[in-house]
Amino acid sequence: MTKLTPLYDFHVNQGAKMTDFAGYMMPIQYSGIQEEHMAVRQKAGLFDVSHMGEFMVEGEDALAVLQKITTNNVKSLKIGQAQYTLMTNEEGGIIDDLIIYRLDEQKYLMVVNASNIKKDWDWLIENKTLNCRTENVSEQTGLIALQGPKAIQILKRLTDSDIESLEYYHCMMGQVAGASSVLISATGYTGSGGFELYINSDQLVSVWNDIWEIGQQEGLQLAGLGCRDTLRLEMGYCLYGNDIDETTSPLEAGLGWVTKLKKTDFIGQSALIKQKEKGVVRKLIGFKMDGKRVARSGYNILDGKGKVVGEVRSGTFSPCLQTPIGLGYIPKDYEINNKRITISNGRKNFDAEIVKTPFINVNEYGN
Amino acid sequence: MSNIPSNLKYTAEHEWVIKESDDVIRVGISDFAQSELGDIVYVEVETVGDHIEKDEIFGAVEAVKTTSDLFMPMSGEVIEFNPTLDESEGDDPAIINEDPYEKGWIIKIKISDPSQWDELLDAEAYGELIG
Repeated sequence: MTKLTPLYDFHVNQGAKMTDFAGYMMPIQYSGIQEEHMAVRQKAGLFDVSHMGEFMVEGEDALAVLQKITTNNVKSLKIGQAQYTLMTNEEGGIIDDLIIYRLDEQKYLMVVNASNIKKDWDWLIENKTLNCRTENVSEQTGLIALQGPKAIQILKRLTDSDIESLEYYHCMMGQVAGASSVLISATGYTGSGGFELYINSDQLVSVWNDIWEIGQQEGLQLAGLGCRDTLRLEMGYCLYGNDIDETTSPLEAGLGWVTKLKKTDFIGQSALIKQKEKGVVRKLIGFKMDGKRVARSGYNILDGKGKVVGEVRSGTFSPCLQTPIGLGYIPKDYEINNKRITISNGRKNFDAEIVKTPFINVNEYGN
Repeated sequence: MSNIPSNLKYTAEHEWVIKESDDVIRVGISDFAQSELGDIVYVEVETVGDHIEKDEIFGAVEAVKTTSDLFMPMSGEVIEFNPTLDESEGDDPAIINEDPYEKGWIIKIKISDPSQWDELLDAEAYGELIG
């Protein structure tokens, strides 16, 4: 049974192209991916991402449980701070990537991918201890992402909270457009700044409508999951299910910076320490195509002699660069010695250059 | 609702076909196809001068979100690629999104088997196909 967010009717009335994403009917695009993409980079975009999952974790053992199941150091989180992190299995494979908020002394919120809600919830329950209360609040929590350089001007008109002093990856509770207890978070998946607003589902539509009405005066556009993908890929952000999954490790994916191997014990730690000592065999790299053909997920990556050495995990056409970009795994040894790869769709070969991510400097596009 | 002009023929691969003369056809993709693809950013046709059989690939369309191959609606020789789409000339592939049936035509084919014309779908049959 496909689920709907409270904004389903709004999306349909706006002529959005809808698609089933992780069991939810979600808007892929409204006016067009490139137009929505550039609106987020230059002004602001409004996303309904209510499909995301949220778990409340509370109590004396909350910190210890989160330390055990995630790779980043939860202990360093101050109240009102957010942390990007991963859950790994015993082999060091990635179960999910997520954000943890510390809301109070012993109260945390986990935000997980929609496609992994059940798996992550089961994992949390399996690993929690007696003095740790958990609640899956995904169904009653709506999530709006207001992203882009104009997001702050728009949100300022709808809240009295001091959002200007809210630093990146920090959060506060506040009132937004008449809704009380909104978790205002300076986070996002676009690279263009802005906020994510966690709101009780009952109040989601009214807050959304107010943002949409006020925001249009600042150039706000509706933005779908299509441009969410192009925006994250221009930044080189991993997408679970594409670039990372249970067969990939944080060290291969370039997520060593959220994998604190020296913190207290966590699931997957010993496997990852071993992997680090031996050195990883493959590495997630960014590439730019020479031509205009786009490398899609699943295409093979070939070396100079035409031998398959890796595979593309994400690929799209970058609206900012007007050129195709992508992410894929290749052997680490190959990456050290080469800057060129060939990509094959099975019938034709296309040449590409290995490049560093992010692919763009967002400051060149915002105003 | 998709626009399906009744003066054109169609294929199940969402191409439209019109006769320019007894042995030359013009080919593009349907309004439904361009809408499904979304923002079209590149059209590759490297087969001008080639003789290609019906249902074989003659090129590809790149949209931001997806790639779609282009198939020959009838056997014949690809004799022209729309210069408006060509990267080295007009370089305006998005014209297919704006005007799929006129300015957004893709290739012309000199057909080798005129009897294949009768295998194409009419507007009504194509409309039923895409629901």
